[in-house]
Amino acid sequence: MSSAMIDLILQATLDTLYMVAVSAVVSAALGVPLGVMLYVTRPRQILARPLLNQVLGIVTNIGRSIPFIILMVAIIPFTRLVVGTSIGTNAAIVPLTLAAIPFVARLVEGALNEIPPGLVEAAQAMGATPHQIIAKVLLPEARGGIITGLTITVVTLVSYSAMAGAVGGGGLGDLGIRYGYNRFNPTVMLITVAILVVMVQGFQSLGDYLVRKSDRK
Amino acid sequence: MITLRNVSKTYHLRGSRTRLPFASRRDTPPRTIEALRNVDLHVPQGSIHGVIGLSGAGKSTLIRCVNLLERPSCGSVVVDGQEMTDLTAAQLNQARHRIGMIFQHFNLLTTRNVFDNVALPLELMGLKRAAIRKRVLPLLELTGLSDKARQYPAQLSGGQKQRVAIARALASEPRVLLCDEATSALDPQTTGSILTLLRDINQTLGLTILLITHEMEVVKSICHRVSLISDGELVEEADVGDFFTAPRTRLGREFLNDFLQLEPPKALVERLEEIPGERTHPVVRLAFSGDAVSTPLISRLARECGVDVSILQAKVESIQERTLGLMIAELLGSPEQTRRAIDYLESHDLHVEVLGHVQRND
Repeated sequence: MSSAMIDLILQATLDTLYMVAVSAVVSAALGVPLGVMLYVTRPRQILARPLLNQVLGIVTNIGRSIPFIILMVAIIPFTRLVVGTSIGTNAAIVPLTLAAIPFVARLVEGALNEIPPGLVEAAQAMGATPHQIIAKVLLPEARGGIITGLTITVVTLVSYSAMAGAVGGGGLGDLGIRYGYNRFNPTVMLITVAILVVMVQGFQSLGDYLVRKSDRK
Repeated sequence: MITLRNVSKTYHLRGSRTRLPFASRRDTPPRTIEALRNVDLHVPQGSIHGVIGLSGAGKSTLIRCVNLLERPSCGSVVVDGQEMTDLTAAQLNQARHRIGMIFQHFNLLTTRNVFDNVALPLELMGLKRAAIRKRVLPLLELTGLSDKARQYPAQLSGGQKQRVAIARALASEPRVLLCDEATSALDPQTTGSILTLLRDINQTLGLTILLITHEMEVVKSICHRVSLISDGELVEEADVGDFFTAPRTRLGREFLNDFLQLEPPKALVERLEEIPGERTHPVVRLAFSGDAVSTPLISRLARECGVDVSILQAKVESIQERTLGLMIAELLGSPEQTRRAIDYLESHDLHVEVLGHVQRND
């Protein structure tokens, strides 16, 4: 294999890691609070706001129902507004993040749902405010579940990032399609897939390790 | 210390939970459930008050109305001189620092070790680390957990978990402790040690305790007074000694008989008649405490009233410091003699309940 080809593969690997890392961090930063909101505003919950809860739920579901490839092209004006361009790696990060936020939110909501209601009741009996309950009971007790959810998100982002080629985002998926498929180069195809497999295995193992460390049950 | 006046709690359920999408609201009329009805309860400073009842009787709702985990639909809740239902959210949180609570399933945080679980209420109050340490360590000592400080709840037994929960409930130095079926998930031995701990705390700290339970054993071993709850209403309230001697309601007698396993033999129950006849004699349930326990009353009864006593069942229970004797017996003699015998027993402070009359065999 030519050294140019090796450079291409290296660059594509870095692009994928970059897109996944940035969109994972931003979507976690926004998706975790949204997931908490979805949970605590439920009826009979500590900050019950049934109407707000319904609105948030519907918005989240809309975000989850748009196919990623359509979302990516549909929000091009928004992408240009945020990163100043509609093509390239940075441009791909915007739709990746936007798609991951509702995904993270629902997984976080699910993790919070696993906490026995008695723990919240006990905290209330101690005179905890809703904010204290979120910070000292809900988030720590759901930590394992939230990490599991974020691991799933990262793996999903790796596979979504393969579609980034549609907006010139680069990355391994794009390389595989352009060189491996369009130019009939099975070696490149195999290598990109192999790197993706290793990457996903790595993220999953890291996630599992972090869950084990935080789980005391 | 705790006073509930005319407290009621009504739940409104809007139809069934699984409503078909096209069914109109009219199809499922709103249902209301009266969990508590006009409850009056007073627990004086330093006493241990038990509320006993079957499941679904409203015990949990009652105890949750004290710290307003459930807000009463109407009525007044006064704890330590403070009307709870008038407080703002912030004031209520302050007031809750003075009310500890423990639960059937302990409700410890799984991600915090024993020390940090006990420290939680102090963190919520905004105490500094050093101050927290100063309060937590003596509490671990008191509850016998000093060597478990760094362990996590998953590594502890049920009894140890409840001890952590007790230490946690005491951390904010409350005036009142609420116990929600605190021993129901524990085996009899562990129950005993937890109850001993609660009694010690009551005596050394002067803590007022309100507990709910379905176990007579709990009432018997630590409560000073007991209330009986049925279908959302308090139907009977008495000193524990009096309750075990002579419950006033049918439900009270059922609880007691169930607990003491003191029932007349089945064959006899079938022969019992309510109205005395010409040739019947009474079957009585005798309960006696104090001096009467050590007095040979039965043999005196035979001598002084000329009746024979056939003992069907008997048992002696100690209810805290009091000794309680219980007996089911047939009084054999003429109607005049047995009447005099009952008078004689009552004049010696025995509680006599005539269960019925049986035909003489002779």
